[in-house]
Amino acid sequence: MNLRSIPISAWVGFAGIAIALICALFAPLIAPYGESQVVGDIWLPGGGDFLLGTDNLGRDLLSRLIYGARTTIFVALAATVISFSLGMLLSFTAAVTGGFIDQLFSRFNDLMMAIPTLIFALVVLAVLPQHLWILILVMAVLDSTRVFRIGRAVALDVAVMEFVEAARLRGEGTGWIIFREILPNTLSPLLAEFGLRFAFSILFLSTLSFLGLGIQPPAADWGGMVKDNKDGIIFGINAALIPGGAIAALAICVNLVVDWLMKRTSSLKGGRGDA
Amino acid sequence: MAALGPENGPAPTTETPAAGTLQPQAAAVAGSGVVATMNTGVVGGTFWRRFSLRRPLAALIVQRLGLSVGLLFAVSLMIFGGVEALPGDFATTYLGQSATPQAVENIRKDLGLDRPVTERYFSWLGGALQGDFGTSWASRNSVSEQIGKRLGNSLFLAFFAAIISIPLAIGLGMLAVQFRNRLPDKIINVVSLAAISLPEFFVGYILIVLFAVKFGVATFPSTVYDSMGFLERLSAIALPVATLVLVVLAHMMRMTRAAILNVMSSAYVETAELKGLGAFRIIARHAAPNAVAPVINVVALNLAYLVVGVVVVEVVFVYPGMGQYMVDAVTVRDMPVVQACGLIFAAFYIFLNMAADILAILANPRLRHPR
Amino acid sequence: MPDLLTVKNLKIEATSYPPGEPPKTVTLVDGVSFSVEKGKVLGVIGESGAGKSTIGLSALAYGRGGASIVGGEVLLNGKDILTLGRGGIRSVRGCKVCYVAQSAAAAFNPAHKLGEQVIEASLRHKIMSRPEAEKRALYLFRVLGLPNPDTFGDRYPHQVSGGQLQRAMTAMALCPNPELIVFDEPTTALDVTTQIDVLAAIKHAIEETHTAALYITHDLAVVAQISDDIMVLRYGKTVEYGTTQQVIEAPAQDYTRALVSVRQTKRDEAADQSDKLLNIENVSAAYGNGFKVLHDVSMHLPKGQTLAIVGESGSGKSTLARVITGLLPPSEGRITFDGKQLPPALKGRSKDELRQVQMIYQMADTAMNPRQTVRDIIGRPITFYYGVHGAKKTERVKELLDQIELGDRFLDRYPAELSGGQKQRVAIARALAAKPELILCDEPTSALDPLVAEGILNLLLKLQEETAVSYVFITHDIAIVRAIADSVAVMHRGRLVRFGAKSKVLSPPFDDYTDLLLKSVPEMEIGWLEKVLATRRMESAGN
Repeated sequence: MNLRSIPISAWVGFAGIAIALICALFAPLIAPYGESQVVGDIWLPGGGDFLLGTDNLGRDLLSRLIYGARTTIFVALAATVISFSLGMLLSFTAAVTGGFIDQLFSRFNDLMMAIPTLIFALVVLAVLPQHLWILILVMAVLDSTRVFRIGRAVALDVAVMEFVEAARLRGEGTGWIIFREILPNTLSPLLAEFGLRFAFSILFLSTLSFLGLGIQPPAADWGGMVKDNKDGIIFGINAALIPGGAIAALAICVNLVVDWLMKRTSSLKGGRGDA
Repeated sequence: MAALGPENGPAPTTETPAAGTLQPQAAAVAGSGVVATMNTGVVGGTFWRRFSLRRPLAALIVQRLGLSVGLLFAVSLMIFGGVEALPGDFATTYLGQSATPQAVENIRKDLGLDRPVTERYFSWLGGALQGDFGTSWASRNSVSEQIGKRLGNSLFLAFFAAIISIPLAIGLGMLAVQFRNRLPDKIINVVSLAAISLPEFFVGYILIVLFAVKFGVATFPSTVYDSMGFLERLSAIALPVATLVLVVLAHMMRMTRAAILNVMSSAYVETAELKGLGAFRIIARHAAPNAVAPVINVVALNLAYLVVGVVVVEVVFVYPGMGQYMVDAVTVRDMPVVQACGLIFAAFYIFLNMAADILAILANPRLRHPR
Repeated sequence: MPDLLTVKNLKIEATSYPPGEPPKTVTLVDGVSFSVEKGKVLGVIGESGAGKSTIGLSALAYGRGGASIVGGEVLLNGKDILTLGRGGIRSVRGCKVCYVAQSAAAAFNPAHKLGEQVIEASLRHKIMSRPEAEKRALYLFRVLGLPNPDTFGDRYPHQVSGGQLQRAMTAMALCPNPELIVFDEPTTALDVTTQIDVLAAIKHAIEETHTAALYITHDLAVVAQISDDIMVLRYGKTVEYGTTQQVIEAPAQDYTRALVSVRQTKRDEAADQSDKLLNIENVSAAYGNGFKVLHDVSMHLPKGQTLAIVGESGSGKSTLARVITGLLPPSEGRITFDGKQLPPALKGRSKDELRQVQMIYQMADTAMNPRQTVRDIIGRPITFYYGVHGAKKTERVKELLDQIELGDRFLDRYPAELSGGQKQRVAIARALAAKPELILCDEPTSALDPLVAEGILNLLLKLQEETAVSYVFITHDIAIVRAIADSVAVMHRGRLVRFGAKSKVLSPPFDDYTDLLLKSVPEMEIGWLEKVLATRRMESAGN
């Protein structure tokens, strides 16, 4: 692939994701203060010792933002990876096997999708105990319904092609057909879908945390930080907007990359190129 | 939170709308097992076969209605069953860890948890069908009473968001198509891509900072009372409505653009062009009738989302609606309220998706004029 | 007589914008000149990619999909329509020049009635009043032989058949009384027996209305029936341009000569037809929804010979192939191979049984994994069936590449880097790699240009001589049957109409359907259409 063929918007996206990843990986090295260390008065304005000021408990906002990147990205990524693996496995199985299995999986998926994701999450999280892994699993399972739908559509698109039939006639097993015939032809759209699901997971996690149902304090995560500091808004204190902006920025960066991937995919397929 | 948006629809950044002109009902809609189910035919029997041959349109609609009812029933089972599958016991959760066994026993009886599951399910469902959702564990009030008031508030909010965002989204979508690949289209593309990445609460707080804190032209929080006049109410919901509009607009616009583009690149639009027709005539007479179905679909999908999107917006603006009620109930694990709200939200969602499908079926000339 | 349309030195380019790469400009048409007199028909013929549709659309000053006319003149009645500006061009389109597309099914708006669409241009250009236009539409429906002309206009596009739609599109083009109609492969998508009706209808309507026409097609035999002059195109340039008689009977260029003589190959059938490699006995088959597609079909194929299965779309010929491969197990009947009964379903067959029957598809594009190289594509059956790896495998792949006349340098190419004919050759090599007894060929040449198709047929014949492989050859084209078959099965609507040695099946006495089929195939002979129509009239008068 030609590096120069990547548009500026995608570079911006890559750069943003890289910064967030560096923050997440090296948080203790970068952050000037500890994650939940109280360093001063509450809601101090930015500048001086505290570049972005302090939060509702007097903790350094910048440090929490850096640590928050760690939690937010880790949980969102874990949820996306699980949802993707689950969704792809089930959808490819459904598409290749067809018949009863396909009907069963698809109908159940329809049922899962008949309930809006957020509402579903609220009901489930009301019932289940609050653990990080439960949160990740709930996010993953709910999101895998979307992956299933896309995965099945993409796989079916390829599975009806004659080269797959040719492989079947040759006597190839299901494993060969999925991994050698279908998967290589679906990588591009699936990569884009992965990005899309990741952006969605970041926003979904932030929303849950904002509603008080996601990551529990004192761990820092961006959605929770908005919730912590939202009461300052009416007093003209904008501490809540900073983590909110971080969420938005990361999601935009991911979407910029996805947008480029999608256009690339459609042009590979010989689409009309109405970008 | 825009990304919670109508993810049921086509992926927001794809160019190919899920709603093709040939099979609008195949649009990605929650429960779009419709298509497959329709073809294989869930209902057997010669009567049904004859009916669907003679009146395919009516048959499709009846099937779609039946599917929605079935889905709703299944959803009620899931919501109820999910709560039943709770690890540990409600009574313990309800009383906290320090509860004595005797107190737990009493509360179980009190809440009716000692009856068999099926009995409780049917009495709950029966009640729900009559609009009775039981009593709240937290407040000991009737759930239905609370919901009645708050549902009205939420719908009020969603309604105004809808009547502002729909024409705006369709207008902008058409504008983007008209200036395809030129500056206005590119601007709309970049802005909407950014907008679908903004969390709802972020949009909400920015609006609050700008309009309520800085300029002081809007009110925050958006509390409404029974005694409020209509105009007063309107001014109170100005900011939450604006938030919802911003959030839903980007999705709706991108999907509208994709749907119209798909029609505009079809062979029959080329035919119209080769007939020497004017641009307006081509759009009004040849593109529009075929774009209606996918666009209606887009609108209905986004409306379905809107009903759900109110949850976060209500929390941000401290607006006394269903969403806030549900979130509060979830935090204190007030199960009857959670179940009731969950069921009602799901019902709206299913209903609007069904409406989208049925309108798309109605707009399809192949189905309207069978052979 | 003054020329109606004169095109001088036409140059058309198309610019594509691959994302992230500099825009690419390709020249589609270069330096093409021709003219059409009033009331005459010019046939434009060429292979795919010859630029014939692009030229046709230039008569309407229209560029499809990024194509734009960058040089030359398009004079309509002496006036260059390229210089007219938007309004001027609009007054030409649908008024003086009309267009008939290849796929009428896509070109009609599904939301409106046919009648409305037929008269729309006449009304919008204020050529006639609504009653006049409706009267004319009715007249045209009659001329074009559409069923129930009085009510035909009240129907929606999806309510009528493909052949009727194509005629309706012709009516739509004729309705405003244009001076010129551009026909862009109007019969290509149709079955042969439908094609002849539509062709006759178009010819009749053109004569009746004295309209001039540009008739674009890839089939020289079709254009010979309808045009006064013929222009042969290749790679966007004119190869030969003359009267129909001169081009058909005395072609001056090699390329044209090849086009004229293509499909003339005939082969004598092999004599011995006693031992049966493949025996299909009383096979019926139905799809999952209970729709029966094959009714009690029996035929057989001797070793080393070719059985051609002929039929139109919907005849069940491809379904029969699916039954033989085991993709669709028959509901009744049985298939024996080399004396042993084949398990009905794919799952029940052993690796060796699978190896013995290989398949070649119509679309080589979709029949090969675009992410595998030629080496992998051809090599896989070798590894899979014979367990051969590494250098030995490569050796064998090279051998096969030689056999299909391609050579080593294709080893590491991807399918996208091959031409249509080369792809089909690789597909043949993949089938051969398994050393099968039988190869099922499902219309392997119908998506190819005639000269390329002939190359593939000759290759198949050569391979049969070398390896004694048997073919079941599914086709809709009688000329191919003549060229390659030993025995022939004619199918119609899921039933076997006729089966036997080629010489017997293709000579009288005929049953009705075979008769119709044989008479519908256009022959490279001027006046063939009239002759056929005349016999038809005589026969119907005789009845």
